[in-house]
Amino acid sequence: MTPHFPIYMDYGATTPVDPRVVDAMVPWLREHFGNPASRSHAWGWEAEEAVEKARADVAALIHADPREIVWTSGATESNNLALKGAAHFYASRGKHLVTVKTEHKAVLDTMRDLERQGFEVTYLDVREDGLVDLDRLRDALRPDTIVVSVMFVNNEIGVIQDIATIGAMCRERGIILHVDAAQATGKVLIDLSTLPVDLMSLASHKTYGPKGIGALYVRRKPRVRLEAQMHGGGHERGMRSGTLPTHQCVGMGEAFRIAGAEMGTENERVRMLQRRLLDGIQQIEQVFINGHLEQRVPHNLNASFNFVEGESLIMGIKGIAVSSGSACTSASLEPSYVLRALGRSDELAHSSLRMTIGRFTTEADIDYAVSTLQDRVAKLRELSPLWEMYRDGIDLGSIQWTAH
Amino acid sequence: MAYSEKVIDHYENPRNVGSFDKGDDTVGTGMVGAPACGDVMKLQIKVDPRTGTIEDARFKTYGCGSAIASSSLVTEWVKGKTLDEAMTIRNTQIAQELALPPVKIHCSILAEDAIKAAVNDYRAKHGEPVSGDAVAH
Repeated sequence: MTPHFPIYMDYGATTPVDPRVVDAMVPWLREHFGNPASRSHAWGWEAEEAVEKARADVAALIHADPREIVWTSGATESNNLALKGAAHFYASRGKHLVTVKTEHKAVLDTMRDLERQGFEVTYLDVREDGLVDLDRLRDALRPDTIVVSVMFVNNEIGVIQDIATIGAMCRERGIILHVDAAQATGKVLIDLSTLPVDLMSLASHKTYGPKGIGALYVRRKPRVRLEAQMHGGGHERGMRSGTLPTHQCVGMGEAFRIAGAEMGTENERVRMLQRRLLDGIQQIEQVFINGHLEQRVPHNLNASFNFVEGESLIMGIKGIAVSSGSACTSASLEPSYVLRALGRSDELAHSSLRMTIGRFTTEADIDYAVSTLQDRVAKLRELSPLWEMYRDGIDLGSIQWTAH
Repeated sequence: MAYSEKVIDHYENPRNVGSFDKGDDTVGTGMVGAPACGDVMKLQIKVDPRTGTIEDARFKTYGCGSAIASSSLVTEWVKGKTLDEAMTIRNTQIAQELALPPVKIHCSILAEDAIKAAVNDYRAKHGEPVSGDAVAH
């Protein structure tokens, strides 16, 4: 099978919407246009029924009760609602929050806002493999700590954090644990009937659903309270006002239902593709994989091609859609803050490529990507003064660079 | 980011890639930038000692497509110029020729600096006065 160009290897930015999801959504845009909050006629009733079925499908994927699901516009809003909502509600208990330097900007920037409001935030370093150092986390917890926020799967390097242990640590101390699971659904098993997590952010468009819809899981037992951030008609038990977009809810529900039914076989296939990709690029000299190699989702491979600058590499592999970091920060010329947090040197951070694969990736796609990368890295190294110095045995660290 | 046709042309077909012997008396070498900033340019000029003109040039660049294009372009521009003429090449001319967007102007500045550093290196080898603002910026 010939690959379809350009080959999409940026599933971490967003996934295509599964055609089955599109089919499920369309009727709710056409004839079934009712407002799910309308209680006085059939248009409203059928829309409400569809939204509630979708809510149950979302809850089922994470083994939660449907009443624990609050619809939002996406994981960014969920993160905002969880962190601001919990911090404001529990502010009388304490004003300290803990998070990790490799979190998504939607968490980090929300934390910055809370700092401006008078809260104190600890930003934990991670280990070289991208995982949270559990001893360091334990040491950071204080009697006045009210919220800890740790993401399940990192968006740039794909590592899976030990949420069970972190959750137990927080539960013991009566601290609320928020988990951003935007990149985890459909990739790792999430069982909130046993996992001690209080709040969990969910996204639709990273799991083959539409953009513009997400959810926040809010635990009922033991009950977690939030202060609403969006005020209005009191939808979603008062936690998030705003008319529900029926078609979007239905889309996310169908996407999560499919993820639950198919993730076992799908992950096996994706793991095989990741292996193929890894074997291919490891034939290139001086390639470094960023993030723990085993404790990561099979969908992600983040690699640094030493002595080759990432943007020029992306320019050279135009048949393949990848990114040099997360899509959310790719407007900046700074090297990835996530890779910097792993302690990667500036040049390795500047030389990184995030390749994320998924449901519609084929073996032919992987083979094409591997041969293109091998070819382009060799070409760019011919052009690279750093590669030349490395070949001549010069230690780049010993050079007095003219920083600018 | 959309690249101009000229940037793509220099990126796909870089001119005068390679290295001269740094120790050669007729060669001036300029290396500017830093890996930490994401660009390093090495520009070398080969000078005809009788006429004082640049007869050949080579470059190697670690950096984005615009940085590669800027350095490739200046190897073409310096050839046939005297050292003084080469020193008059300005980053604005490079940026204009390659239609660089504002976020890529620093690539053209780096290329201008590389010329100055190479010329100064040659002059220093021959005990000639070196102009001041070449390297640091």
